Amino acid sequence: MNVRPMALSSCAEKIRHIPSIVGSSDGRRLGLSKEILHTMVASTRLELIGVTKRFPGVLANDRISLTVKPGEIHALLGENGAGKSTLVKMIYGIQAPDSGSLIWEGKEVRIASPRAARRLGIGMVFQHFSLFEAMDVIENIALGLDGSVSRNALDAEIRGVMDKYGLKLDPRRQIATLSVGERQRIEIVRALLLNPRLLIMDEPTSVLTPQEVEELFKTLRRLASEGVSILYISHKLHEIVALCERATILRGGRVVATCDPRQETPRSMGEMMIGSDLRDPARGQVGVAGPVRMCVRGLTLPKPDDFGVALDAISLDVRGGEIFGIAGVAGNGQNELVEALCGEKLSPDDQTIVVDQKPVGRMGPSGRRKAGLCAVPEERNGHAAIGNFTLADNATLTARTRMGFETQGFIDQDGARAFADRVIKTFAVKTLGAAALAGSLSGGNLQKFVMGREILQAPGVLVVSQPTWGVDAGSAAFIHQALIDLAAKGSAIIVISQDLDELLALCDTLSVINLGRLSKARPVNEVSVQELGLMMGGIHGVNAPVEGDVHAPSA
Amino acid sequence: MSMTFIIDALVTVIGITTPILLAASGELVVEKSGVINLGVEGMMLVGAIAGFAVTFETGNPWLGIVIAMLAGAASSLIFGVLVLSLGANQVATGLALTIFGIGLSSLIGSNYVGIANDPLDSPFPDDLAKDAFWRIIFGHSPFVYMAVLLVLAIGYFLNKTRAGLVLRAVGENDFSAHSIGYPVIAIRYAAIAFGGAASGLAGADFSMVISPLWAEQMTAGRGWIALALVVFAGWRAGRLLAGSYFFGVLMALELYAKASGFAIFPSQFWAAMPYLIAVIVLAIISSRDGKGGKAPACLGKPFIPNG
Repeated sequence: MNVRPMALSSCAEKIRHIPSIVGSSDGRRLGLSKEILHTMVASTRLELIGVTKRFPGVLANDRISLTVKPGEIHALLGENGAGKSTLVKMIYGIQAPDSGSLIWEGKEVRIASPRAARRLGIGMVFQHFSLFEAMDVIENIALGLDGSVSRNALDAEIRGVMDKYGLKLDPRRQIATLSVGERQRIEIVRALLLNPRLLIMDEPTSVLTPQEVEELFKTLRRLASEGVSILYISHKLHEIVALCERATILRGGRVVATCDPRQETPRSMGEMMIGSDLRDPARGQVGVAGPVRMCVRGLTLPKPDDFGVALDAISLDVRGGEIFGIAGVAGNGQNELVEALCGEKLSPDDQTIVVDQKPVGRMGPSGRRKAGLCAVPEERNGHAAIGNFTLADNATLTARTRMGFETQGFIDQDGARAFADRVIKTFAVKTLGAAALAGSLSGGNLQKFVMGREILQAPGVLVVSQPTWGVDAGSAAFIHQALIDLAAKGSAIIVISQDLDELLALCDTLSVINLGRLSKARPVNEVSVQELGLMMGGIHGVNAPVEGDVHAPSA
Repeated sequence: MSMTFIIDALVTVIGITTPILLAASGELVVEKSGVINLGVEGMMLVGAIAGFAVTFETGNPWLGIVIAMLAGAASSLIFGVLVLSLGANQVATGLALTIFGIGLSSLIGSNYVGIANDPLDSPFPDDLAKDAFWRIIFGHSPFVYMAVLLVLAIGYFLNKTRAGLVLRAVGENDFSAHSIGYPVIAIRYAAIAFGGAASGLAGADFSMVISPLWAEQMTAGRGWIALALVVFAGWRAGRLLAGSYFFGVLMALELYAKASGFAIFPSQFWAAMPYLIAVIVLAIISSRDGKGGKAPACLGKPFIPNG
């Protein structure tokens, strides 16, 4: 918690507890009449007290408390995985909290379904639009309403709302023909038609152009001025500073701070979001590195589809013994970069990617493996491994050439089993053995297996994406140690992760990917946490100049 | 003479089209909800034997029709449980349902082979159909009228009602429908049961009108034509109606070629025609982008809600 004036703080404390003290002896003891208490209650639109949600292996929300006032634009700020989405899903009735209470306009409520949430006056605009491509705007909006309205009446109503809030859209157009910004407008109109008193916006600007963001902000300010509360989820600090009057900052499923963004800077909020309790880098003694083993020059690839990110002149060098970290908020080109590096997407030129002096830009994954470039993609079940294959078969898939258990198209089953057994033993994978199906392993164990499979091939270059995503702490530490050991043997390693703690603990060199561009690589001990937070939040070049200005990602 | 021939031919076409139209109408609803049930043939057979047996035992054809529909719906719910609740593969399960339907109907029907019922007559007074021309309108079995009304009602339901909109939404994007708060699985169960009932009704048409007796596998692959017809019609009720009569003409050609000894092509050629045309038309439709009617986006994909 940041520091607040004493009086204000104690007053807030009282208000926080009002719902529980209304009518109780405590309330009377405080000398507050019931009427006054209710008036004060009504001045809070939504209050969460100690809301907790646990998923297998992870505590997504840990005793979260927050209040939203009428007409307030309240930011919910945090990195990916901080628990923002889980929290709003509980407010909107998609998931049920394990414990804790939700108080809506002074009354404790259980919100069992999105329908119940809408009935209360809670609307939500999703990050991934729940729209139906083959239908037109009116049909889509009708689906979001609980009652039955005639098509023409709805058409008129939609036009009315759009006029009022300055939203432009033809209600009779088919969704498939609309831009991303227009699609979002449908979601907003759909939510507004229900006259919500709380509107939840889940990362609304992640797919908008800067112009569209400006339009959206105008609409939101207008709504707030009419008394609608807005819960605005984002990790873009400058937007929150520009728009919100209050912010609750989540980290690792907990509220770590609340503040008034208008009195903060993006820098100070970035610090709160990332946390000041970061571990010191465990390594960071660069300069002992060997020769360049991986060299990428001007890697440029167009967007793979409407929602993808184009890679823009990415260049990097990784030396033997070096761990090169790439940080960044999800969806800034990480997936595209991994695909381009491991060979799933070919580069335009053979010389674009060079491994140990060998140009591999035009080679597929198998060719690159032969050249010494191995990779572990983010998605372990379905991408790194096939769930319905045994571990031995999964080992064969990537290790057959380098480990020599394929000759002229025939597979040496015993060799594959022996290799899989070695991976299981060396990496302490908890499983029944090489004949177990990959899909039967827990996330952490499968991750250890796929990491071990690549590491034991002694690759010259290893590219790993989100090596410890969703993995328990013990396995994560094991995987980190294995990467450090591999580097110590002279391999070059690229780690792409959204977990800054991990990167700071692991890497020698750090760079940030934003909108498909890679910032200049810097030794990890020269980068401050604040700087990183800003770069990840979308403001490049505070102390690390890169050419071109950077805005919110455009569609 | 030739006028009578044309009228006879039309009555034949309408008669043999009806079971296909019934089954395809049901399958249209199923597929619009995002489920593909390849068990139409099996459900038709179950309906055929149920309708025949009940009519024979009770002498009440209307009871036979109701039981045929219930039997079709019940067999479709086996598919429903496997596919919706247990997440089984829809194509494999549908094929299994067909095989199951063939076997079950043969088992139940073994006691009924060689017996005939009276065919179910037109529900209208005979006088109305006396004139050859009016026979085209009033001279059919009740199934014909049910089929036409059914497909029109489905067209109206899908395009004009809110429930139809929700059903289409579930087929178009199940996760979105779920996140808005619609019960995806329950809606699909209802659609599957409806499709099963329609298939059962189609089967009963075979065993109660077209040839009012029981013979093993008497539906002779028409369930597959019904499946193709749904695609052929681009998942639209209006085209389904037109398309089914088009197929009916092709199937009637086979009968007439056989009967007249028309020798330019062997009758097997005419028998193969509907299938051949189906392939060609499907190829044309799928190569023509956009307008040609699109499959529901979630067709055949299992839905496993993730909270």
